[in-house]
Amino acid sequence: MKLSDRVERVPPSGIRRFFELAEEKEEVISLGVGEPDFSAPWAARTAAIDSLERGRTSYTANRGRRDLRESIAAHVRRYDLEYDPDEEIIVTTGASEAVDVAMRAFVDPGDRVAVPQPSYISYVPGVIFAGGDPLAVPTRAENDFALTYDDLRAAGAEAADALVLCYPNNPTGATMSRSELSEVAEFVREHDLTVLSDEIYAALTYGGEHASIATLPGMRERTVVFNGFSKAFAMTGLRLGYALGPAEAISAMNRIHQYAMLSAPTTAQFAALEALRSCEDEVREMRRQYDRRRRFVLSRFAEMGLECFEAKGAFYAFPECGGDDERFAEELLREQNVAAVPGSVFGAGGEGHLRISYATGMNDLKEAMNRIEAFVRG
Amino acid sequence: MDAKRELLDLLLSNARESATDLARQTGLDEAEVEALIEELESDGVVRGYKAVVDWDRVDEEHVQAEVELNVELDRETGYEEIARRITKFPQVSSLRLVSGNYDFAVDVEGKSMHDVSNFVSEQIAPIPEVTQTVTHFVMETYKERGIEFGDRDGDDRLSVSP
Repeated sequence: MKLSDRVERVPPSGIRRFFELAEEKEEVISLGVGEPDFSAPWAARTAAIDSLERGRTSYTANRGRRDLRESIAAHVRRYDLEYDPDEEIIVTTGASEAVDVAMRAFVDPGDRVAVPQPSYISYVPGVIFAGGDPLAVPTRAENDFALTYDDLRAAGAEAADALVLCYPNNPTGATMSRSELSEVAEFVREHDLTVLSDEIYAALTYGGEHASIATLPGMRERTVVFNGFSKAFAMTGLRLGYALGPAEAISAMNRIHQYAMLSAPTTAQFAALEALRSCEDEVREMRRQYDRRRRFVLSRFAEMGLECFEAKGAFYAFPECGGDDERFAEELLREQNVAAVPGSVFGAGGEGHLRISYATGMNDLKEAMNRIEAFVRG
Repeated sequence: MDAKRELLDLLLSNARESATDLARQTGLDEAEVEALIEELESDGVVRGYKAVVDWDRVDEEHVQAEVELNVELDRETGYEEIARRITKFPQVSSLRLVSGNYDFAVDVEGKSMHDVSNFVSEQIAPIPEVTQTVTHFVMETYKERGIEFGDRDGDDRLSVSP
């Protein structure tokens, strides 16, 4: 069968290869998992069950249930984001769908989309599937992987039509403060870019408040914000996300979403409604536990002499392993049964690093750190 | 959350955590951790550290009961006096004054049902202020002090994911 050029242009992900290596081994402690180790809050789960029992199994409005959009509008006010539930919010099948639909809604063939790296592995394929040309913008360890004005300029991002942002960042755990984002916003305004800001880890920000670039002057009208329930509420498998943006942008996204997806999963929408209504304490408790683990792994890396900047978001640390990170990760897996994802998988700037996910119970985390220490010292 | 409260939280989820690991998780140094724990202990906030045991998995008989206790107070005897007397029995593992249809909720442990019922009828019931006892033997424990007793669910996440 003839495959499309678009598909041929996207190589299989490096994560996949690593997954297969890890699956071959037994007794592996995995620090390679990009999702919470907690389950969704019980109240959200029972709301989903209850909705099934009551037979709520039909489609919802394309943009999602209105009560859910209202709850989302109220929820995101904590980040100073003000969006109209009727016109400016769309509920999607995971934030992933929102990102994909946005690429298709805002990128024309030949458009250039700047993608800061290292970053989540879906953005570049998303740009390509939309017919656009990705432009890698490496961020740097000496800036704790925050994106700077100079990074954008050095990569030639003034020629881009759109910019993807992902802070708190997967894979580095980096966050960006309001003032750091201001620099980026300045560049974006100067060169008239559209911003696609993936803020799925916003709730997992430690020792500070999450700042959204959409709240900066002149940014709201050119920014679409993505968020969802997967990370904050530990609901990855329920596949529910949302996008916030100007009415025109959301309406364009909806035009694709209504044909591609019709509506996001109904059962998940009921779970999400309850999550927003009553599960704030659970989110706070999960964040507290991640924060402890974060401090734990950072202090362990310091003790074993692995350079690691203080990641303040998501559930990742990004230590330097020096040189060939793929080889380091493969040997670590082979010799010590610890799986971690090589940083280079996440694009330019990730080489020589490892992504360490601390979405793993404390006991496993302690053992994994001991094994990494034995590997490093051995 | 201040440092002492944070430590208390950590000890509540795992009292066996070493001072070194507590320091790593809180960002305090080890000496601070030790000093704060000592304070928690000397102030009587932390009263002790005990294992949560699933007796079904221990190869010996062990019986637990929850006993409801009604008492009658008089001018000389208040709840405190009665409680003081009851707490002294080693068979009593917890004693609480509660609201509702009865006054005290007493947890009693023993080697057999006979043991426990004898203890209640011979040691507790005869206390002059006690007017009524209702003994509920524990038939199955599903969760104890926040810890679930069922078989643990495995981690079914993909071992490596983006």
